Amino acid sequence: MKDASKNQPLDPSGIEHVAGLARIRLTREEKEKLGAQLSDILGYMEKLKSAPADDLEQLSHILPLKNVTRPDEPSSPAGSEQYLRLAPEREGGFFKVPPVIEET
Amino acid sequence: MSEFETVIGLEVHVQLKTRSKLFCDCPVDWGGEPNSRVCPVCLGLPGTLPVLNRKSVELGVRAALALNCRIAPFSQFHRKNYFYPDMAKNYQVSQYDLPLSADGFVEIPREEGSLRVGLARAHLEEDTGKLVHFAAEGFSGVDFNRSGVPLLEIVTRPDLRSPEDAYDYLKVLRNLLRTVEVSDCDMEKGSFRCDANVSLRLSGSEKLGVKTEVKNMNSFRAVERALSYEVSRQAELIRSGGAVVQETRLYDAASQKTFPMRSKEEAHDYRYFPDPDLVPTELDRVWIEEISAALPELPSAKAGRFQRDYELGFYDAGVLTSDPALAEYFETAARACANFKTLSNWITVELMARLKESDTPIESSPVPPEHVSELVGLIDRGVISGKIAKSVFALMCDERKPPSEIVRERGLVQISDESELEKVVEKVIGEHPGPAEDFASGKEKALGFLVGRVMKETRGQANPRLVNEIIRRRLSG
Amino acid sequence: MPAFQALNRLSAHELAARIAAGRATATAAVRDCLERIEKTDRRLNAFVRVDREEALEEAGRIDRELAAGRNPGPLAGVPVALKDLFCVKGREVTCCSRILEGFISPYDATVARKLKDAGAVILGSTNMDEFAMGSSTENSARGPARNPWDLERVPGGSSGGSAAALAADQTVAAFGTDTGGSVRQPAAFCGVAGLKPTYGRVSRYGLVAYASSLDQAGPFGKDVEDLALLLEVIAGHDPRDATSAPEPVPRYRDFLQADPASLTLGLPSRDTLKGMDREVAAAFRAAVDTYAALGAKFVEVELSSLEYAVACYYIVSTAEASSNLARFDGIRYGRRAPGVADLLELFEKSRAEGFGEEVKRRVLLGTYVLSAGYYEAYYGRALRIRRLIKNDFDSALAGCDCVILPTAPIPAFRLGEKIDDPLQMYLTDLFTISINLAGVPAVSINCGFTGGGLPVGLQLVAAPFREDNLIRAAALFEGATAHHLKKPALDDR
Ligand SMILES: [Mg+2]
Ligand SMILES: [Zn+2]
Repeated sequence: MKDASKNQPLDPSGIEHVAGLARIRLTREEKEKLGAQLSDILGYMEKLKSAPADDLEQLSHILPLKNVTRPDEPSSPAGSEQYLRLAPEREGGFFKVPPVIEET
Repeated sequence: MSEFETVIGLEVHVQLKTRSKLFCDCPVDWGGEPNSRVCPVCLGLPGTLPVLNRKSVELGVRAALALNCRIAPFSQFHRKNYFYPDMAKNYQVSQYDLPLSADGFVEIPREEGSLRVGLARAHLEEDTGKLVHFAAEGFSGVDFNRSGVPLLEIVTRPDLRSPEDAYDYLKVLRNLLRTVEVSDCDMEKGSFRCDANVSLRLSGSEKLGVKTEVKNMNSFRAVERALSYEVSRQAELIRSGGAVVQETRLYDAASQKTFPMRSKEEAHDYRYFPDPDLVPTELDRVWIEEISAALPELPSAKAGRFQRDYELGFYDAGVLTSDPALAEYFETAARACANFKTLSNWITVELMARLKESDTPIESSPVPPEHVSELVGLIDRGVISGKIAKSVFALMCDERKPPSEIVRERGLVQISDESELEKVVEKVIGEHPGPAEDFASGKEKALGFLVGRVMKETRGQANPRLVNEIIRRRLSG
Repeated sequence: MPAFQALNRLSAHELAARIAAGRATATAAVRDCLERIEKTDRRLNAFVRVDREEALEEAGRIDRELAAGRNPGPLAGVPVALKDLFCVKGREVTCCSRILEGFISPYDATVARKLKDAGAVILGSTNMDEFAMGSSTENSARGPARNPWDLERVPGGSSGGSAAALAADQTVAAFGTDTGGSVRQPAAFCGVAGLKPTYGRVSRYGLVAYASSLDQAGPFGKDVEDLALLLEVIAGHDPRDATSAPEPVPRYRDFLQADPASLTLGLPSRDTLKGMDREVAAAFRAAVDTYAALGAKFVEVELSSLEYAVACYYIVSTAEASSNLARFDGIRYGRRAPGVADLLELFEKSRAEGFGEEVKRRVLLGTYVLSAGYYEAYYGRALRIRRLIKNDFDSALAGCDCVILPTAPIPAFRLGEKIDDPLQMYLTDLFTISINLAGVPAVSINCGFTGGGLPVGLQLVAAPFREDNLIRAAALFEGATAHHLKKPALDDR
C-alpha cells in the first residue's frame, strides 16, 4: 500500500493515468488545470488523517438493512424496440459499436 | 517432463438455474432475438437500481454446501469497475472480499484413493451481455440478453497437477452441480465456462512459477488439450532459457494451440468498492439448515450406495453416478430387474456407446429404462440368448419398442424344447463325424464347433446352455 | 394584477383544497403557472423544459375526474416541477448534461409515479448542476439559473432551478434531490422551505444517481405544511429500491401544531459555527431567540466531527459518482462523439465531449481515491470518518428533538464568484453535507433576510425517520414569523 502523502499523483502523468481509467480524454489545458485543482483538493483531504477514527469500522451502508430480496418471478419482456430506439447507433436488433478485436 | 511440476488452477462460471435474472425480473431463457430479454435495469438505464433475486442466493448456498464450502454469515456485493461495451453499467456487480462462501473442496474419486481439490471460493455475480462481431461489415453488435444472468464463480486453489486432473475435476464438478440442481452446466449454452491458470515449477520447489491465463475453451476436452499444449509450451520455453510471460492466452480449437490475446491489456485496476445500491446478505443458521435439508444425495454417497445395494464394482458404480440423470436411469431400470450387474453392463456399455454415437443425452435416450430391465429379464429367463439380445437392443433403439414385442414379432424366442434340439444335434453330429469323435475322445475344443453349428442351424435361436448339455450327454454317454 | 389572486401564488395545500372544493380548476392552475413561466423564465432560466401540452392535457383529465365526482388524490391539480434527473416516461431527462441530450425515459421514477397517482401535474423539468454536482446551478449545460431575489446571484444548487421556480411562483411545488445539501441550500438561497428525508425514506428508483449512498429526493414548499403534504405523497417503501426502508409513513400533517414547551433543540457549540457570514450569524441567533421566546428548551450538542465532513463527503460522493457515471458511454443511450474509429475513442471522446468540467473533476477525483494503492488512504479512511460523523449525530440527537444549524454559512453568492475555485465552493456545503453522511433528515426554512434582501436559511436536523420532529419544529417557527410569506419583487422589471 502506497502512502498517499508521499505521492504527487496528479502531476501530468498521474492525471493522465486517472483519466485513462475513467475513459475521459483530456486536453493539455484540462490536464494542467484539473491536475492543479485536484492536487489542491487532495491536499485538503490530508486533514482526515488527524480524525480520531482509526478504531472505527468502515461504514458503507447507513441503514441497518439486510437480506433485501425479491422472489424469482420472471416478467414478460416488453420488446427491444423501445430500448434500441434510445441508442445513438444501432444495427437491426443490436446496439452498434466499432469493431471489437479480441481474437488472436 | 519430470523436471517440472505442473500447477493448474481453474475458474469456473456456472449459470444458476433461476427463472429471472440476478437483479431484475427479466427471464433467463436461452437463445432468441438479440435484446429481447432486457429491461431498464439490465440495460443500465440511468436511475435504475438492482434488487437481489432470493433464489440465486439459495442456489448459491446449495452449491456451496455440495462443494464443502464454509458459508459466510455475512456477504456483500461489490462493484468491479472497468469499461467494456458488453457491460451495461461499465461495472460488474460481483462479490469480492465478502463472498457467499469460501474454503471448500471437491473429491475426485480414484480407486487408489481420491484426489482432493481445494476451492478458494464460490461467489455470486452478474453475467455481462454478448458481443457479436460482424467482421465483414466492420462493426460489432451488443446483445444484452445475458446481461444480469446470475452466475456462480467457483475458483480452485492451484491444486491440479495435470491436464487430466483438470478434466476429471470439471467432470466431478459438473456432476455435483447437476446433482444438486443448481445449474444445467451446459457448455454449449454457455451455462458452464472455464478459464485456467497454468504455471510450471521445478519439481520439489514450493515457489509458484509465472502463470498464464488460458481462455476460450468450449468443451472439457478443449480444456484438457489447451492445458496440455500450454504445459509443453511453457516447458520448452523454460528449457530453451526463455521466461514465461504473465499474460492472457486464447485457445484456438482448430490448431489446438494457445495464442496471446491481441487486444491491448492494461494493468487491471478494478477499483472495487461495496455496491451502495445493494445491502448485505446475512445467512442465519436456520436458513442454511433449511437449504441443507433439501439437498439430494451427493454423487460420492450415491456411488457408495450403488456398490453396497447393487453389489457393483468401484468402476461401474462410478460410471453410473457420474451424472445424475444416468444414475436415475439406472435406478429406475433396477426397480424392475434382479440382475444388477448385467443391467449395469447393458447401460454402461451398449446404451452409452449408442448415445455417444448420436451425441444424445441420457435424458433423451431412445430406450426407456424399463425396456432395458425387460431385456435383461428375457436373457435371464432364457427366452433369448445374449447374442440375440444384441440385435434386439439395436432394434429397440431404432424402433423404440419394448424387447418382448420385438422378440415376438420376429420369432426370436429361444428354442428350449429338448426334443426339438435333440433332432438338430443328431443332424449336426451326422454331418460332422470328425469333430464329434474328437469331442468324444476328450478334445473339449470340438464342443464349441458343434454348438456353433447347432446355433447356425437354428438361426441363433437355440438355447446354447441346453445345446451344450445335450451334446455332452449324447457324446459322452 | 388581476382582481383575484393568481393560482400559481398559492401554496400546494391551499390550491389542492380549492380545487377539491371546486373553487378552482387544475387547468386554470396550470395556465397561471405557464403564464408566469413565460413571463419570468427568460430571466431566471429555472426551467430547462416546459411540457405545456402534456401538462394542460393532464390538468384537463383531472378536472374531468373531479367533475365526475372521483377523487384523483391529495395533490389533484397541483402543478409541480421536477429537477431534470427524475425519470418520467416519455419525457426527456438530461441531468443538464450534454451526454444525455435526447434521452427519452422509457420508464417512470417511483417518485414521479407516486406524484402522478396523487393527481399532481408535472409542468416540466428544472435546471440543475450537471448530474447534481455543484452548489450554484452554474454547472449546467443549459446555462446558469438565477436567483429571483437578485438576478446577479446564484439560486444555489444543485436543485437551483426547482428552488428558483418555486420562489418565483412559476410552480406551486417542486422537487429536487439532496446529496450534500442540494435541496436545503438552494431552498435557503431562494427563501423557500426544503426537506431532505432520512436516507431510505423516499425511493431512489428512477432518479439518475450521483452518489447512491447519499442521494435522497426531497420536496420544496412554500410553507411547512406543503413539505408535510408532499413528503406524505412521495415517502414509503419501494420494492424496486433495496435501500428504501420498510417503515410506515406517518401523516406528517398531523404534526403541524406543536407545544413549544415539549420541544428540545440541540445547539452546537460556538466553535462548530465559526466562519459564518456576519449577517447569516445574526439571523441564526435571532432564530434561536425566537425559539427561546416561544418556550423551547435548549441543550448544547457536540458535533466536532463536522470539521471532517467536507473532506469525507468529497471522497465518498465522488468515488460513487465515478462508478455511477461510467454507464454514460454513448452506446445504449445519450450522445456519442461523431466519427470515432475504435472502442477507446468511443468511450474517451464521448465522455470528454459529453461531460462538463465539474463532472470531469469529480469523476477523476473519485476514480483516483478508489484506484490501486489509494483506496485505504482515502476511501477506506472516509468510510471510517463517516461512522464518526454518524456517531456524533446519534449522540447529539439522543438528547434533543432537533439539532439547529444554519443551512449555509453564507447567503446566495454572485454568479461566477466561486466557479474557478472548486474547493471554496465545496466549503460552502459545510453545514449540509454531514447530514447526508449521517443519513438523517433535515429541513431548511427561511429565517430572515440580509440587509441586501437575500434570504437566510435555518436548518433543523432530526433522528432517522423522525421527519415528524422536523415538521413540528419548523411549523412552530413559521407560525411565529412571517419571513416565508415574503416574495421576491421579480415583477418590477
Ligand atoms: Mg467472474
Ligand atoms: Zn432486466
